[in-house]
Amino acid sequence: MRPFDYQRPARAAEAVQAASANSMYHAGGTTVVDLMKLDVWRPDRLIDISGLSDTSYDFVQRKDGRLRIGALTRMSSLADNAMIRSDYPLLSDSLWLAASPQLRNMARLGGNVLQRTRCPYYRDTGYDQCNRRNPGSGCAALDGGVTRNHAVLGVSDQCIATYQGDWAQALIALDANVELLGKDGPRAIRFADLHRLPGENPAQENNLRTGDLITAFSIPDKTWKRSKYLKIRDRESYAYALASAAVALDMDGDTVRDVRIGLGGVATVPWRASEAEAALKGQTLDEASATRAAQIAFSRAQGTQENAFKIKLGRETLVRALLETAQMEG
Amino acid sequence: MTDHKPHRGPTRRTVLKGGVAAGAAPLAFQAAQAQDAPAAPNVQKRDVTLTVNGQDRALNIDTRASLLDTLRNDLELTGSKKGCDHGQCGACTVHVNGERVLSCLTLAATVEGKAITTIEGLADGDDALHPMQQAFVDNDAFQCGYCTPGQIMSAIACVREGHADTDAEIREYMSGNLCRCAAYPNIVAAVKQAAPKVGRA
Repeated sequence: MRPFDYQRPARAAEAVQAASANSMYHAGGTTVVDLMKLDVWRPDRLIDISGLSDTSYDFVQRKDGRLRIGALTRMSSLADNAMIRSDYPLLSDSLWLAASPQLRNMARLGGNVLQRTRCPYYRDTGYDQCNRRNPGSGCAALDGGVTRNHAVLGVSDQCIATYQGDWAQALIALDANVELLGKDGPRAIRFADLHRLPGENPAQENNLRTGDLITAFSIPDKTWKRSKYLKIRDRESYAYALASAAVALDMDGDTVRDVRIGLGGVATVPWRASEAEAALKGQTLDEASATRAAQIAFSRAQGTQENAFKIKLGRETLVRALLETAQMEG
Repeated sequence: MTDHKPHRGPTRRTVLKGGVAAGAAPLAFQAAQAQDAPAAPNVQKRDVTLTVNGQDRALNIDTRASLLDTLRNDLELTGSKKGCDHGQCGACTVHVNGERVLSCLTLAATVEGKAITTIEGLADGDDALHPMQQAFVDNDAFQCGYCTPGQIMSAIACVREGHADTDAEIREYMSGNLCRCAAYPNIVAAVKQAAPKVGRA
């Protein structure tokens, strides 16, 4: 690992002030330390925000019609929160089905949403070709690489790396906002605007400005008791999704009043299936309507020879998630 | 917790350390080659006091040092094992403030002031093993033993968290600890045996 200047500020404003284009925030360290050991990330300054104490960044509160969650809350802490488990099972499921118990004790939610792809060509600096890590160098995955776990939605001819996070699918489905503290003070953006499609410039992965620190997430506090996260993977635990579906349903008898769908393991960024949602609203939820919605959700999917199975798997995962969620008690 | 006693005489560890010195020459060559690189920050050292197994240990560490390397190299607590060094195998699992974490992905500088417990801190004296250690012995819950310290630290936390009620739950909440010998059924049996004695937090 390359040397860096280590700072451990007590106040968020100090952290933001210490930030520069080549600095990084460190909270749980599960992504940062990993990628620094791999020499993928080479910050010249590491700003340890795990000790911020000017106010609490580890909280869950319901206030003024919004559910707010502090960015330094641990994955395990939110997954085990009794209110979240009861009123937002989707937010809990998508956390405890992710990573391992040790990693969930370490990783904070602010960093969780900014976790980087597990594309092997991004993580291995032995490959020069990676438009995400080394702009303009090409893509080793598209240039004859192993692509079984790459994305089928939101891909470009520059990058097809999968966004592997789970919790982000719940956030995007539930219309979350991200609260930031930046060089110009606090502001909020839509979670849906945090990540960027790879497009022509995969190296620009998000819309954060230099120094922006995620301080909290907030969601319109409409209880979603009928919600779940279904995650399909190669082994039953401690594995990334091949395909997953974050589903929240508001039902009027058998009719869909409102529905939210996020898709994981299949896209380059956290993925909201808005057109599939629109197709389900006002309809009776059954296997036929769920299947139709899943076809819409993947209608623009593009697979490689190795990952095309994800299109069918993704559709079937969504159908099953919708039907299972409908069976939950509202 | 007993005081840490330095080894006397040659051990496997001191022999290994001698071997590293002999292999240091190629590193000097690499450093000479890197002279043209742009100015990068210098190696930064930091005074920290780590509280390990109830004892305060004052150290001057490289800020890049992982907790795992600090435990093993500076404090000679070699029970915590380095498997993957990337948070994927669980062999380095220790407790920080009572919670299981991966010491390989934890920078030592970030855990100053927190209570760190390693496998060496479990037994009460030289004769009485911790109930989870005893259960691993009783159930043959290992073959080569390399993953065992991490398994045991994780297993204690699994029980304290309240995730040891069924076999399926134990498997799920022990999934962050890989065992290449595949002693998994015996590990589940050991966790079940020790659970009533360890108790929930």
